[in-house]
Amino acid sequence: MCTGRVDLSFVLRAFHGRADGVIIGGCWPGECHYVTEGNYDALGNVHLCKRLLRHVGIRPERLRLEWIAASEGNRFAELMSDFVGQVTALGPLGRGEGIADEDLRLRLAAVDKLVPYLKLVEREKLRVPVKSEQAYQAFYGSAEMDRLFDALVADKLAVSQILACLETGPQSTGELSARLGLGSSDVAKHMRSSSSRGLVRYLQAEGKYALA
Amino acid sequence: MTAARASRVGDVMVLGGGISGIQAALDFATAGFRVYLVDKAPTIGGKMAQLDKTFPTNDCSMCIESPKFIECDRHPNIEILTHTEVKEVAGAAGDFTITLTKKPRYVNEDVCTGCTTCVEYCPIPIPDPFNQELSQNKAIHIYFSQAVPLVPYIDERCRFLEDDKCAICEGACKNHAIDLHQKPVEEVVKVGAVVLSPGYGAFDPRPRGDYGYGKIRNVVTSLDFERLLCATGPHEGEILRPSDKKHPHKIAWIHCVGSRQVQAGGHSYCSSVCCAYIQKQVILAKDHDAGTEAVVFHNDIRSYGKDFERFYERAQKLPGVRFQRSYVAIGREIPETGNVTVRYATDRDGVKEEEFDLVVLGVGMEPPADAGKLARQFGIELDAHGFCKTSPSNPIATSRPGVFVTGAFQGPMDIPEAVVTASGAAALTGALLRSRRGKLARDRVYPAERDVSAEETRVGVFACHCGANIGRVVDVPGLVEYAKGLDHVAHAEEGLFICSTDAAAKISSTIRDKKLNRVVVAACTPRTHEPLFRDTLREGGINQYFFDMANIREHCSWVHSRQKEEASQKAKDIVRMSVARAVHLEPLEESRLHVTRVALVVGGGLAGMTAALSLADQGFEVELVEKQKELGGMARRLSYTLEGLDVQAHLAALVRRIYAHALVHVSHEATITDVSGYVGNFVTTVRTEGRQKTIRHGVTVLATGADEHRPEEYLYGEDARVVTQLELEERLAAGAGAALADVRAVAMIQCVGCRRADRNYCARICCSQAVKNALRLKKHKPDLDVYILFRDMRTYGLREDSYRLAADKGVHFVRWAPDDGPRVEPAETEGRPILRVTVPDPVLGRRLALDVDRVVLSAAVVPSAGAPEVARQFKVAMNPDGFFQEAHVKLRPVDSAGDGVFICGAGHYPKHVTETINQALGAAGRAGCLLSQDTIAASGAICRVSERDCVSCGACITACRYDAIGWTDGPGGRKASVNPALCKGDGLCCAKCPTDAIVLRHFTNEEILHQIDAALE
Repeated sequence: MCTGRVDLSFVLRAFHGRADGVIIGGCWPGECHYVTEGNYDALGNVHLCKRLLRHVGIRPERLRLEWIAASEGNRFAELMSDFVGQVTALGPLGRGEGIADEDLRLRLAAVDKLVPYLKLVEREKLRVPVKSEQAYQAFYGSAEMDRLFDALVADKLAVSQILACLETGPQSTGELSARLGLGSSDVAKHMRSSSSRGLVRYLQAEGKYALA
Repeated sequence: MTAARASRVGDVMVLGGGISGIQAALDFATAGFRVYLVDKAPTIGGKMAQLDKTFPTNDCSMCIESPKFIECDRHPNIEILTHTEVKEVAGAAGDFTITLTKKPRYVNEDVCTGCTTCVEYCPIPIPDPFNQELSQNKAIHIYFSQAVPLVPYIDERCRFLEDDKCAICEGACKNHAIDLHQKPVEEVVKVGAVVLSPGYGAFDPRPRGDYGYGKIRNVVTSLDFERLLCATGPHEGEILRPSDKKHPHKIAWIHCVGSRQVQAGGHSYCSSVCCAYIQKQVILAKDHDAGTEAVVFHNDIRSYGKDFERFYERAQKLPGVRFQRSYVAIGREIPETGNVTVRYATDRDGVKEEEFDLVVLGVGMEPPADAGKLARQFGIELDAHGFCKTSPSNPIATSRPGVFVTGAFQGPMDIPEAVVTASGAAALTGALLRSRRGKLARDRVYPAERDVSAEETRVGVFACHCGANIGRVVDVPGLVEYAKGLDHVAHAEEGLFICSTDAAAKISSTIRDKKLNRVVVAACTPRTHEPLFRDTLREGGINQYFFDMANIREHCSWVHSRQKEEASQKAKDIVRMSVARAVHLEPLEESRLHVTRVALVVGGGLAGMTAALSLADQGFEVELVEKQKELGGMARRLSYTLEGLDVQAHLAALVRRIYAHALVHVSHEATITDVSGYVGNFVTTVRTEGRQKTIRHGVTVLATGADEHRPEEYLYGEDARVVTQLELEERLAAGAGAALADVRAVAMIQCVGCRRADRNYCARICCSQAVKNALRLKKHKPDLDVYILFRDMRTYGLREDSYRLAADKGVHFVRWAPDDGPRVEPAETEGRPILRVTVPDPVLGRRLALDVDRVVLSAAVVPSAGAPEVARQFKVAMNPDGFFQEAHVKLRPVDSAGDGVFICGAGHYPKHVTETINQALGAAGRAGCLLSQDTIAASGAICRVSERDCVSCGACITACRYDAIGWTDGPGGRKASVNPALCKGDGLCCAKCPTDAIVLRHFTNEEILHQIDAALE
């Protein structure tokens, strides 16, 4: 299998299992062993995944993609040592970010739920026409990408997180905002739309929302 | 007295079971011939088994070779006869009768189980021949742990054999396998052809006492040093010097020991491999101890092979490593320390003397010790050096029909060339014996596969020590105990070498006895050993995909050798993950693909035509496509070779045979417009002479050649007196008299356009090409002044003699360095226009000026312009320099990574005419092996779509770059479906499928997610 086979859900599963860092090693661009250049697929997935991690408050540096040829044993060892140092400096997953264990789990579950949708978005909207590292870097760092991410992913991700959070019991907008690290006005907006779509209901007596 | 046995009938006898003989035997056997593989040693394996690592990739030598031992052992068409020598040869091509003598090994191979109890009991220590006598073994011992057959033999130094005392081993053996009264046995084999692959001898510096070897304790040969480096060596991979078993901190290597010299007892030729193996040894010594100081005393550095120049740079750039160009002499041994001094000359400071802890002699290759005897027995001729005499137009044929020669008996060569010539011999023999193909061959019979679907999951874990490679770092017994406690693990055990024949056989029986239905081998890398263990599962009667390999060597013991405790913990983690995956593995079927028995050969130059004819001679239809109007390629510009081959006459004969052969079809002015299909069933569309042609073929041979680089320097293209070597050769061929009419002096400049940052390779042929043309110039005009301006003269192998001849004939050789190279400018002398070539002279300290009438540039050989397109069409990878990349540098040198596509000729790397013929025959041999099959197996680790889950989004179809996925209409509507023959199992589609409907079998989400979970437990 190729690095391009590394599914978003594999990475999320590792973080879910409390890995403090995930490194993906692939063939150098232009040296694909399959001649299919799936390493660019991996590059796209990693860019996207880093953005998702950042969005839910996890340090994106915890995920790293490196090109390492089979003959580059020394480079591999150096990169691993470097990555271990980097991740150690970040501290344990969650604690380094100041996210409680329970909330971390919720956030990752919310992203994982979105994976099928993300795959469709990636396929239809996040195509990088030129196969070069610079082109991928430029595209995923562009204002266009920010706009696409906000339009296509951000809201869905927020709702997914809220729903995952409400699975643990009814909560107020204030509580949700604190647990998920989202702005209270954003939470209120999502509660209104989710309520009108019949996903959640408001418990008048407690002043909290619950799953519908 | 010798007992005689009934004769055996086969197709081919391969004499010599080193890597070349092994490859030849495997190729024959696969192509449907019955083979006797004969070796005089107690095991097959040859010299390669003794090496630690192989350059330039530093693969473990034994690890890549030993799976082939077992492949030979298990192949139904190969019979291995070890400890056996040839006594007599009678008959002729197609019908040889060969009498063999099986020397007594004093152990009955049929009864011995390889338990080694006898070795424990044997009281007689002897120096271990496998370890270059640097450590002790017993008089009865197994040659090395992976030996095939895995049976001990008794050395002549045994006390019983010497004076009839002691027979302890006989009593110790419970199976009564030891027979101290065994006598030689004669066997007669009848075969149609013989392949001689006796290998080479390592130059022995002892008789002449070169560099104090044999007297000064801390002077060792490079082969001794290989054993010192090796984890299975005398000190389990610790480099300890002989005198006091201490780590040497400062080591000297001395080049060209026994080679490139005309004194009695030495060899005039260059041994071809020493420069690169010394660089390898330097790199490995630094790996063992980063603080090691190394000085390499060398003459020319001959990094002429693929990726060798980068390898040389890698060694050179290591801290504490110095390359010192100088002849050397050993000063003395310092009695108190055992250190050795070396005297050498420097340009600036005269003669210096330096002290070393250890000195390694780079010993060369020589003809095998019994070359003379072989020549007499087989009636073949030897050359002046004692190597097998061959024709430059067919280096694999000997002077006797039906007797072929492969490997270093042809002359000094490296492992891949030994492998190439072996496959080439398979091609030539395949042609000779084509009517017999398949008649004596047998199919491998496996036990019936057990249906385990209703069984509870029972995993067996087999943990390997790999000699000391793993066991020295990882607590293997602790690992086994740990594995026993894992869920579903029904059995766990350890072994010294799990890949040895007996250990593998034991896995098969344990699978049956313990009702195992999953197997995890915790050892090395699946890249080399997975096929072997999968086969072992089949022998055990379960599906071969119920296997997972936990790499606790490359991923663990080798990288964490100084953190034993953490490494032992990590090994447990790796095994736990592997078991977690294994539990979820499914049985998979390999589909059988039909083979179209047609070969497509791309490129009608020397390589392409040679391959095409060889395939046609083997009985296969060949489509030869050539982009130009005429066949011949680059060779059309050559008139003769250094060995004296008349290239044009050879070429003309080839072309005639091509057009006359009923099975060869040529397309001229051809462009390949489309390639589809897969191994066994390619479909290629060609536009040729105004029409379109569709070719269905089972294999492809790429022989697209290379071009001469067009120089941008030294006034080339500006001044007509500056030409390339090929242009000079063409002009000489057209008429030497006219070409040299007013020429008094010629300067040749080497390394034009290569060995530089943007083209960092040596074009291999130019030094010999320059020497050849210089000799030709001298022949036409003996008083002509000829200068060759070089960096390193790379006239490797037997070409060294021509280099010496050129020097004797008065050709001047002037060395230059890349930091301040030659300059060429037009000038006048005595009113005559000339070209003034200047080059720095380190001794004089100023620029030497040469006034010449012609400047000849040895221009690099560059990949042909069309190569990238061909590589893309046939999905062949290219190396950083743009040459086709072989599947494995050492052992699959003409296979590409894509199944059914083979490579040869200069498109693979620049090479001489004779080397090209060798390689073209090798490619034809490999391609012929494949075409001999009715069907071939395709991996079961491919994708499948669950129709129920498919939402027909098409994501997988756009993701797949092999065009393996398409739409199929079914009861559930239009769904994606996979063509199993096209799917290569990269799994890109799986990461794109929103519903997980497409599954990469053997790497399913379930398997991988469980593995991830297990990692984090």
